[in-house]
Amino acid sequence: MGKDVWVVAEHFQGKLNDITLELAAKGRELAQTLGGQLAVILLGSEVKGLLGELACDVVYLADRAEFREFTPEAYSVALQAALKDAEPRLVLMGSTSVGLDLLSLLSARTGKPCLDNCIKLEASDGRLFATSQIYGGKLFAEVAVPDATTLIAVVPGSFPKPENVAAGRPEVRDIPLPAAMPEIRTRFRKLIEPPPGDVDITQASVLVAVGRGIQNADNLAMAEELAEAMGGAVCASRPVIDQGWLPLTRQVGKSGMTVKPKLYLALGISGAPEHWEGMKNSELIVAVNTDPRAPIFAGAHYGAVVDALDLIPLLTEEVRRANMKKAG
Amino acid sequence: MIPGPPKMAMTAEWAILWALFLAASGLFAWRVTYLIRLLRLGRPEMRWDRIPERIQKVLVYVFGQRRMLDEPLVGIPHLFIFYGFIVFVMATSGMLLQGLLPGLPIPKLEENRFFAPIIDIFAAVVLMALAVTSFRRFILRPEGLQQTWDAMLVNALIAALMVTYLGASSFHIVASPAESKIWTPFAWGLADWFGRSETLRAHAAATHHAFWWAHISIVLFFLAYLPYSKHLHLLASPFSVFFSQLDPPGRLAAPPAESARLGAERLEEFTWRQLLSAFACAECGRCERACPSHTSGEPCSPRQLVHNLKVQLLQYGPALLEKARATADGGEPALIGGLIAPNELWACTTCLSCAEHCPVLNEHMSIMVDLRRRLVERGELDERLQEAFTNLQRYGNSFGQSERKRAVWTQGLGFKPKDARKDSVEWLWFMGEYACYHPALQETTRTLARILQAAEVDYGILYESERNTGNDARRAGEEGLFELLREKNTATLQKAKFNNIFTTDPHVYNTLKNEYPELNHGRHPVHHYTELLADLLERGRLKIANPLHSRVTYHDPCYLGRYNGVYDAPRKVLKAVGVELIEMPRSRRDSFCCGGGGGRVWMEEIGEAKSRPSENRVREAAALAGVEMLVVACPKDYVMFTDALKTTGLEGRLVVRDLTDLVAEAVAAEEIAAPETRAA
Amino acid sequence: MNIAVLTKQVPDLVEGVEIDASGKAVDSDSIRYILSESDDHALEVALLLKERAQARVEVFSLETGEVRDSLYAALAKGADRVVIVATGAKTPPSNHTAAKIFAAVLRDLSFDLILTGVRAIDDLDGSLGGLLAGYLNLPYVGLVRKVETADGTSMAVVQKEYPGGYAAELEVKLPAVLGIQAAEQPPRYVPVSRLRQVMKTAKVEEKEAAPAEAETMEVARMFKPEEGAGAAMLSGTPEEVARKMADLFAERRLVR
Repeated sequence: MGKDVWVVAEHFQGKLNDITLELAAKGRELAQTLGGQLAVILLGSEVKGLLGELACDVVYLADRAEFREFTPEAYSVALQAALKDAEPRLVLMGSTSVGLDLLSLLSARTGKPCLDNCIKLEASDGRLFATSQIYGGKLFAEVAVPDATTLIAVVPGSFPKPENVAAGRPEVRDIPLPAAMPEIRTRFRKLIEPPPGDVDITQASVLVAVGRGIQNADNLAMAEELAEAMGGAVCASRPVIDQGWLPLTRQVGKSGMTVKPKLYLALGISGAPEHWEGMKNSELIVAVNTDPRAPIFAGAHYGAVVDALDLIPLLTEEVRRANMKKAG
Repeated sequence: MIPGPPKMAMTAEWAILWALFLAASGLFAWRVTYLIRLLRLGRPEMRWDRIPERIQKVLVYVFGQRRMLDEPLVGIPHLFIFYGFIVFVMATSGMLLQGLLPGLPIPKLEENRFFAPIIDIFAAVVLMALAVTSFRRFILRPEGLQQTWDAMLVNALIAALMVTYLGASSFHIVASPAESKIWTPFAWGLADWFGRSETLRAHAAATHHAFWWAHISIVLFFLAYLPYSKHLHLLASPFSVFFSQLDPPGRLAAPPAESARLGAERLEEFTWRQLLSAFACAECGRCERACPSHTSGEPCSPRQLVHNLKVQLLQYGPALLEKARATADGGEPALIGGLIAPNELWACTTCLSCAEHCPVLNEHMSIMVDLRRRLVERGELDERLQEAFTNLQRYGNSFGQSERKRAVWTQGLGFKPKDARKDSVEWLWFMGEYACYHPALQETTRTLARILQAAEVDYGILYESERNTGNDARRAGEEGLFELLREKNTATLQKAKFNNIFTTDPHVYNTLKNEYPELNHGRHPVHHYTELLADLLERGRLKIANPLHSRVTYHDPCYLGRYNGVYDAPRKVLKAVGVELIEMPRSRRDSFCCGGGGGRVWMEEIGEAKSRPSENRVREAAALAGVEMLVVACPKDYVMFTDALKTTGLEGRLVVRDLTDLVAEAVAAEEIAAPETRAA
Repeated sequence: MNIAVLTKQVPDLVEGVEIDASGKAVDSDSIRYILSESDDHALEVALLLKERAQARVEVFSLETGEVRDSLYAALAKGADRVVIVATGAKTPPSNHTAAKIFAAVLRDLSFDLILTGVRAIDDLDGSLGGLLAGYLNLPYVGLVRKVETADGTSMAVVQKEYPGGYAAELEVKLPAVLGIQAAEQPPRYVPVSRLRQVMKTAKVEEKEAAPAEAETMEVARMFKPEEGAGAAMLSGTPEEVARKMADLFAERRLVR
């Protein structure tokens, strides 16, 4: 039985994604417990520059033009090749647009079991336990990881991102790709950028976040006023963006931005995992929702069960008053 | 009338008269026949039943001019013009016949002692009436009143008719004073005045002749022109009234069984009565003035709706008539997306103010609902409305909450209401989803439950088996959903044991009373809770211990008042609890809708509203001096007005209270208080 | 072009969800089922392609849950054929098992596109679409928000969603499997009257399939998140809450 922990790296525009660093840190911890090595699988084109950021023992590398952009097909061929004669205990990847595709393709092609939505991974008594969240975070499932190579997709932000990564000097091994690569039937054409936004919410220190509870576009003006009074910006959860009330660049969550403001004021947001993922590392999270059982209260620092529409103008008043006192 | 035609027999004049007469009546007959053929493009509808009731309606609304008298400034003059028209029709017909067939013994009304003065006085009165209406039309310019050349021409023609009549009759007197023995004050007065002139005296006979011809020509021109102008309402409105809906307005017509697609958007999919609305409409604009959505600046206009139907009919009807003969495609474009934008249809709150104020009894609502049915059938609805429909279908309520939670409001009550599914009860309380699920209303629901318990009313509820009754789903155009909900509710009702039904929600009240056949016809009378409370107070089963002394105003809910005529019961309750009721300017049948009906609570805002209907209404209430409270008897009103107080900043000025809470306060408090607040 | 849409029923969370006596699974007695939301979007994508490119749409679903309701709705929306794949299972199987069953059913049928929702709320072992593509050795792209096909070419152009508003435009050679995140427009509405009409006249086919065994991990236990732990709650009227919050912000020097 293998003892190694592998991490599939994700990178974008020359930088490693946070999930990779989070998984590498966790992977190092697990590898130590298991008594094995930490390896990172790095696929891309001209990515050797990233090697220095990886504090791992081994890097399995495929640095070729055909891997410049991610396609599920090409990357899964490479990963399959890497796994062909190796038997790591765990292959970790992000539960992301990249990782989820790879997880499923790989599991079917290699016959190895897989698990998604993992938020916790612990070793105890020589056994590995993974905990995944389902039903929008309403339930958790604890799974005993079998004694064979297992593929696990981890929810970004589940493990802490290390502050300073000691530059490593990993051993680089080229992935043994087949001489005659199978036909790759998926081809990257172009990257679609988000429309230029007026505000970069990832830079704001105060975010006033609105969710379904805002009810209609007219009430956004209220939220803008509050944000202005507080020196922050307005952002939103997916349902608000889907309605077209705010542009994509204001979306916080799994498929939107990840933010870490000093204050995240969640108004009328229930706190579904997809949204939580995008803001859970905010310094101070204050949530307002009429439903006392909204999941967001579980993770927020402070909460109040009132109607956001009632609260917003009152809070704006109070904040303005406090501002004037400070100024005067 | 104009005494005696000039002697014409067998002259060129007589021939011209005949020619004009034949031309005018020919044109008239041809046009009217054509319009009737256009009406027959519509699909059949049975409106020939209960003839005595229909005749009565004609007497009240056409001859009694009841709706016109809502606005006395125009109603009274119009009454005179109306009767003046009848009088003149009788007299002119006689006169024409005399001219066409001289020598025939046709009664000469103008020589009748009683009739001659009447005609004379009416001529003057009609002129005065026209002066008033012209003042209103051109100076006051009420909104919605269409200023068209057509309207002006019609006014001018009527005035000209009166003037030429007076001219002819006065000059006849001047010419042959001996023949004028009957008292015709205005003609006499004018004759006096004209008679002072030598010249006029000398040419009196010729002038009389000229005026006579002018009068006849104008009459014949008017006859031919009438079916082309908006004055067509003259001919069409007695029919639109005769064929108007006798069923309660709260009962919408079910779609025809054999229809391939629900709803209507082309001429042949409407009924002939709906098409008749187009011809009966006088373009007076009353419906538009009464419409809460229009008043709020939304794109909805009942007048425009009927007008567009008329345009469609006149523009594309002819091709369809051809099709009937040549079996070729009429090529008619759909109304929706053509003359009518979907927004105009979704903006309607179904408050019925338009139909209630229409003098010719047009049924704007039925046209609007048929168009909405087609939009739903095409799947063209906004997302929130879609969500509401999906929730109604799946969970039986629009909130998207489980049906198992329908009775959660009973927690904190202190007792469990009887289950009408198992135990026999006198009264079934059909709750309605707002009373059960809406957090702002649940306490009021509990209060009512306690009041009834204290009054020892034997009532029960349906717990989780109750579903939304479908009133608003139906009016939002989802007919299939309405039928589904009605089926489910009917199955539950059939198994439950009760005698009477009451509800707090006027929407529920309306549809249970009018659209659930098993409950109709008095088998299980449906009441509104205000009627029940009024009754309990009257019989002394509820005693007022602390009369309230506030000054309040009351909002008549659309579905309780306009739709079902319940205005007095809530007022009796208010009187009993001791408050001083100050009526708003728009009360009873003029009540101004809160804007939540017809599925509007489930939709996004429509267009750029100046201010929502609910805001308009609370401002009206706040304008009443000393009034502290706006009393409501409908859960949607409560929610809409509470919101409106916030958005208008009037929260300090006024509170919204349900009638239930007032009664609770006024009745001996001990019995009504929640268990935990009662003295130990 | 022939399109297959795979749909599944998931627990309807409106009732909340409970754990059964074994502590390892969801209590199936208390569950109501509803069509998985992203599968509804997958169907919408298929129907849009049908409208634009004259495709034929067939919907397949395993037998658990209120599957007939959603299949009738699919027919009412315009699907050409709907099929229940019956293996005799009482509870919804894992995605691996489901993928194997569908792979066996679809292997010999000539579909150009197989669409399914990219994730369902009860997914634990990967995405059905990706697994199916793996078993059938077909190309796969997940988290797709737009699909276009050009007449004549056996190619689809898809947009794959990435965080932060980014997306990748990819070209996929057909036949292929796509995991749909969202359709270009919300799933269309079916008026109840049409649905009821379809229920009276149309047919839901049933196709028997052999149950499949697949490598899945066993759940050791299921549990609910801790209640109560979490936010310090600020109580009172909105006015009081506003005051408390403003004080809190001032304390933390958060207000500018």
